[in-house]
Amino acid sequence: MKKVLSDVLVLGSGAAGLAAASKARELGALKVVLLDEKEEPGGVLPQCIHPGFGLHYLKEDLTGPEFAIRLYERTGSLGVKVVNSSYAMDLLACKGKRVVRAVTPEGITEFRSRAVIFATGARERNSFEIGIAGHRPAGVYTAGEAQTMMDLYGGMPGQEVVVIGSGDVGLIMARRLALQGANVKAVVEMLPYSGGLARNVQQCLFDFGIPLYLSHKATKILGRRRVRAIEILKVGDRLEEKLGTAFEMRCDTVIVSAGLVPRVELLERAGACMDPATRSVAVNELLETSVPRVFAAGNALIINDLVDYAAIQGETAAKNAINLIRNRRFPSDRWKPVVKGRNIRLIVPQYISGRREVSFYGRVMQPEENVYLKVPEIGVELRQLRVKPPEMLTFTITCRKFGKLKEDKITVAVEPRG
Amino acid sequence: MICIVCPLGCELEVETGREPKQIVRIKGSRCFKGKEYAAREVTDPRRVLMAVAKVRDGHLPVVSVKTDRPIPKQMLREAVKAISKIEIDAPVKAGDIVIENLLGTGARVVATNNVGKAISILTVK
Repeated sequence: MKKVLSDVLVLGSGAAGLAAASKARELGALKVVLLDEKEEPGGVLPQCIHPGFGLHYLKEDLTGPEFAIRLYERTGSLGVKVVNSSYAMDLLACKGKRVVRAVTPEGITEFRSRAVIFATGARERNSFEIGIAGHRPAGVYTAGEAQTMMDLYGGMPGQEVVVIGSGDVGLIMARRLALQGANVKAVVEMLPYSGGLARNVQQCLFDFGIPLYLSHKATKILGRRRVRAIEILKVGDRLEEKLGTAFEMRCDTVIVSAGLVPRVELLERAGACMDPATRSVAVNELLETSVPRVFAAGNALIINDLVDYAAIQGETAAKNAINLIRNRRFPSDRWKPVVKGRNIRLIVPQYISGRREVSFYGRVMQPEENVYLKVPEIGVELRQLRVKPPEMLTFTITCRKFGKLKEDKITVAVEPRG
Repeated sequence: MICIVCPLGCELEVETGREPKQIVRIKGSRCFKGKEYAAREVTDPRRVLMAVAKVRDGHLPVVSVKTDRPIPKQMLREAVKAISKIEIDAPVKAGDIVIENLLGTGARVVATNNVGKAISILTVK
């Protein structure tokens, strides 16, 4: 069996992985290996042909593939060893070893490293996971599958389309299909508000005259060999089905945009502590999981709104991985939990030391207006005009602010003003 | 209208005067780009178009493209049809100009990804 040694091993060559690998080399790691299961690097970026990538990270407005090329060229010029078509099967972390066993074009290979960064991204939820029962006709695709088909292979999923779920990916695909001449008859959303950014509702739906059915749920896909219609009904504020409101909408294609789930099965099997709210691993402020010297960044850690956040998280993980390798052991930090207060659904990192500056990423449970984002233990109060679940909260707490911390924990909460 | 320039998505309100397309006031933007966007949206709405163009002999059958500047919103569907008619030869590099002047708008259509030449695995030496 082939063995490959490295200082830093990065799994996944999407935004977070490419950024992490480059940063690790930049900071002096001698050997950085970047693994990806696909034949080409870039993760999901090459199929995101719309602009809006890199506004913060590169100060430019690029399309997904352009952003991927920039990051990839940097790994090339920095001497990162990129290994494609390699599927990681196991993470073995015991007695100080960090080994990833993977299937590569050269057979089963053991990648042994001093630190491992999981930048494996997320997968889409499919129609079965959201409870749509029925036959399995042709013509049902997840939004990402439709995007791969259209934007990498030039195919067309169908002509009369209904999109289930109003998250950003679903909105982007509704527009993409309309641009290619399909009749996008509706975007169906269970909640009373869209799951995507307001600007996407405007530029993808309103601009194209695509109706948005809020507080509606798709219950059945009809058709035996090919989709012929979808059954939709109204739901109340607590998502209860309203009897007698069911109607059929004829269509030949259903696009399912039901959310993303981080791909961290290897970490879970290796015994890392999980956070059910993020459906990923719990991390400390170094983005280190409960498995020492194994880190997580990008969509594998938390589903990010912007690719820029994924890239920044990758760099943070790389910086801390290098520090840990150099110092062998950190002076033992006492990790303090970050407790979720009022209206906070998820927050990353889940543990802090109070001795370093920390950037937080989180989401609220319910939309609210005119609120404060508060960390009462250190007197932090940030005004927010509007908060809603599809719009990620990001904020940084400096060392100086942490200086006031006396408790063994911090609480992050959203409180109404006045 | 909702501003689409950045992810904040400010809700904008544009007051127009008596003359058509005369802008009196723009409310709700949190930056100057939002004001610019609102002004243009009311008088001459434009969008950057992204699509895919067919590639001959490439390792992928299409390459993603975009216009290098926004084009009039009402021309988007016609523009997509124009792009679907052309075919370019591999290799294609990001930045290559695929159409010099799209439908007379002056906008160029450029490739946004690299597509290499397809390597046949059945070649006999």
